[in-house]
Amino acid sequence: MTARYPALRCHDGQEAQTLHSIHVVTLDPTWLSRLQWSWVIAWHILLPAFTVGLASYIAVLEGFYFFTSREIWLRISRFWTKIFAISFGMGVVSGIIMPYQMGTNWSRFTDATADVLSPLLAYEGLTAFFLEASFLGVLLFGRKLLPRWAFYIAALMVAFGTLLSSFWILSTNSWMQTPQGYTIVAGRFEPADWLAIIFNPSFPYRLMHNVTAFYVTTGFVVLGVGAYLVRRAKSPDEGRLMVKMALNLLIVLVPLQMVLGDLHGMNTLKYQPAKLAAIEGRYDTLRPAPLTLFGMPDDGAEVMHHAIQVPKLGSLILTHSWNGEIQGLKAWPRDQRPPVAAPFFAFRIMVAIACIMLLIVIIGQFLRRGGRVYTSAWFLRLCQWCSPLGFVAVIAGWTTTEVGRQPWTVYNLLRTTDSVTPSLTGTDVAISLALYMVVYLIMFPTGITLMAILVRRGPESGNLEPASIESGRSGLPFKTEP
Amino acid sequence: MAQYLVPIWTGLLAFAVLYYVVFDGFDLGVGILHGFASDEAARRVMMNSVAPVWDGNETWLVFGGVGLLAAFPLAFAIMIPAVYFPILIMLLALVFRGVAFEFRFKQPSLRKFWDRAFCGGSAVATFAQGAVLGAYIQGFKVEGRRFIGTSFDWVTPFALLTGLALMFGYGLLGAGWLVLKTEGALQQWSRRAGRRCLVAMLIAILAVSIWTPLADADIARRWFSWPNIALLAPVPLATALIAAVEWYALKGESERLPFFGAVALFVLSFLGIGISLWPMIVPHRYSIWQAASSPSTQGFLLVGTLCLVPVILAYTAWSYWVFRGKVHDNGGPSSVGALTHLAMQSSHQTAVERTE
Repeated sequence: MTARYPALRCHDGQEAQTLHSIHVVTLDPTWLSRLQWSWVIAWHILLPAFTVGLASYIAVLEGFYFFTSREIWLRISRFWTKIFAISFGMGVVSGIIMPYQMGTNWSRFTDATADVLSPLLAYEGLTAFFLEASFLGVLLFGRKLLPRWAFYIAALMVAFGTLLSSFWILSTNSWMQTPQGYTIVAGRFEPADWLAIIFNPSFPYRLMHNVTAFYVTTGFVVLGVGAYLVRRAKSPDEGRLMVKMALNLLIVLVPLQMVLGDLHGMNTLKYQPAKLAAIEGRYDTLRPAPLTLFGMPDDGAEVMHHAIQVPKLGSLILTHSWNGEIQGLKAWPRDQRPPVAAPFFAFRIMVAIACIMLLIVIIGQFLRRGGRVYTSAWFLRLCQWCSPLGFVAVIAGWTTTEVGRQPWTVYNLLRTTDSVTPSLTGTDVAISLALYMVVYLIMFPTGITLMAILVRRGPESGNLEPASIESGRSGLPFKTEP
Repeated sequence: MAQYLVPIWTGLLAFAVLYYVVFDGFDLGVGILHGFASDEAARRVMMNSVAPVWDGNETWLVFGGVGLLAAFPLAFAIMIPAVYFPILIMLLALVFRGVAFEFRFKQPSLRKFWDRAFCGGSAVATFAQGAVLGAYIQGFKVEGRRFIGTSFDWVTPFALLTGLALMFGYGLLGAGWLVLKTEGALQQWSRRAGRRCLVAMLIAILAVSIWTPLADADIARRWFSWPNIALLAPVPLATALIAAVEWYALKGESERLPFFGAVALFVLSFLGIGISLWPMIVPHRYSIWQAASSPSTQGFLLVGTLCLVPVILAYTAWSYWVFRGKVHDNGGPSSVGALTHLAMQSSHQTAVERTE
């Protein structure tokens, strides 16, 4: 019972053995806090996944407009800036929640790691948030108040800010996965070498893999929206340009991302072999090891049921040799293993999406060669359907890496169960989780609907009728000195 | 150098919290007053007066929280769990009011709902912040490095009083901001609203000033022992003086004084709390030196902070400067003179172009 429903922990361990007996169950604050963290971060990560890429895209569009003065760049940039405003606003409010989660629900983790990790979080705030928030105001409201070069710089600053934010937060996350550069004093981590802390072993791979994922995610959204605009034939010129730009970017980034993913996997094999064993669904250590394409993992019995395997391929992919050894989870005590199912399936979802993405961009390039990409209704429709794929892949990748590093918050050093706030009761967390669920289930669908409405409206055609004001914000003139 | 780190960080953190309270205070205050505005045009102007700056202001909440975490992690790890629910309520309320900025204008069918979300979210977030302050002043149950009370310990009459007090305080800041940024009927309305908030806020300041020394012998000794009583007397005296100035500024013609008077009242109240608690950062339990992170942590972050905070302040000032001047409404009929009307037409054009 406890294993299958970890939220419900029996008061009496003996009692739990007997079937048909009445159990007194309580809510487990650790398990619920994990659920709450997953809930708030999973929604939050969708926004950086989109805004990091979109900010760069807007900066590129503004750059083209600045250097060529062609109105079409301006129209596309204005269109995406409105969508950016909504997603960025949601990103800010859901992001403010994150550092406070560490205090409210994970105070023992926070107390233990603050000396090492807090400057990284603070530097994220100092370098990125302020840059983004201040220049975003300019980007949204300042076009007529500023010379064009200053506006272009504001767009660059917003994009730069989003990248700095990725840098610091992924450095923080990577340190938790591959800690180094610290000493332990009285049960707390203290910094010994800041460069070693920031540039910890998994950081370069995680940073490249994530930022590329964010760009690919945005690329597929732009591709899908462009395809929609072409199909609908209301703003076909803008749509075509979006499709063209997205396909050109993605034909480079999608294959690159596969290479980066492989490198990241090699890094995991070296520093977090237990996570890799879970991803591979491997319980027994083998040489050579097959590649398990699919199966049903069973942690209790330590077997993969119904496994479909390709001999030796696992060794080839992971060790780049036909006869490499892959450690299985049995090499670790049970209380140091991650659960297999979540990383195993999430990883396969991510890889499957990567393959679909590659297929789409290759087809797209072929159709472009033949000059048929803008007339193939089926392909445009396919692009539309596939525009959310990147988000699914990001969530799947995140699940792989975060469930895969369990049961640790600081890898091999601090357990998740020892990280949770001691004063919390299960009821406290159940209440807060329920409230987060209600609020997020109002906010996110509303935001997504509004973005969809903006997409349906499409880029505006340079017509400056007052009827086109839809945001009261921008409809209001701020008096400027002559 | 190392011995200066703790006082420097205390100063920086005090600055960050005060900055947040004043700046997000005025936009939360505008949010609270928004609920009492008479018509749609006024509501639009009020919202637009803070639209370009609110997210920059709110960013200081992150910096304040993370700054506390970085400089005094022990205080963070004890305090934040103790105010689990006020923090939760504040964050959720900020979510609602934050998205209302975008959603209100883009979803006309649900405008009423998002108006309520904006006002209600601002009010609830403010109350929660005030309750955190009240709970903090009263102190927490601590054992070793942990908070050992329950998640409902914060619910006390005192915390409810400080919660209400802060709503009136932010209301006053918001009214001052609106006097600065609007004109005509809305400005007059803001002056009236500001006077009401001022009276309520002063009553609350008085109540807290009597309550805390009665409840806490240390605080009484801090203020009333000799020579402290003589040295610290200027704080309450200055508060009384500025309160009087603020009242007449709101009644009179001055456009700037109401806002800056309200800021001065906040600075003095903040100073008063600081004097009462110094040098404890976990009241009754840990001092700023005991709760500090390692010198390496404080030093590493200080370098960047000292370089970047002036830059942040500079471009924040610049973005306020870009959006300087009065906020107008282009929707409703204009009650101003013909000349202004012409000026508005030209700026109306500007605004429309800016929409694209």
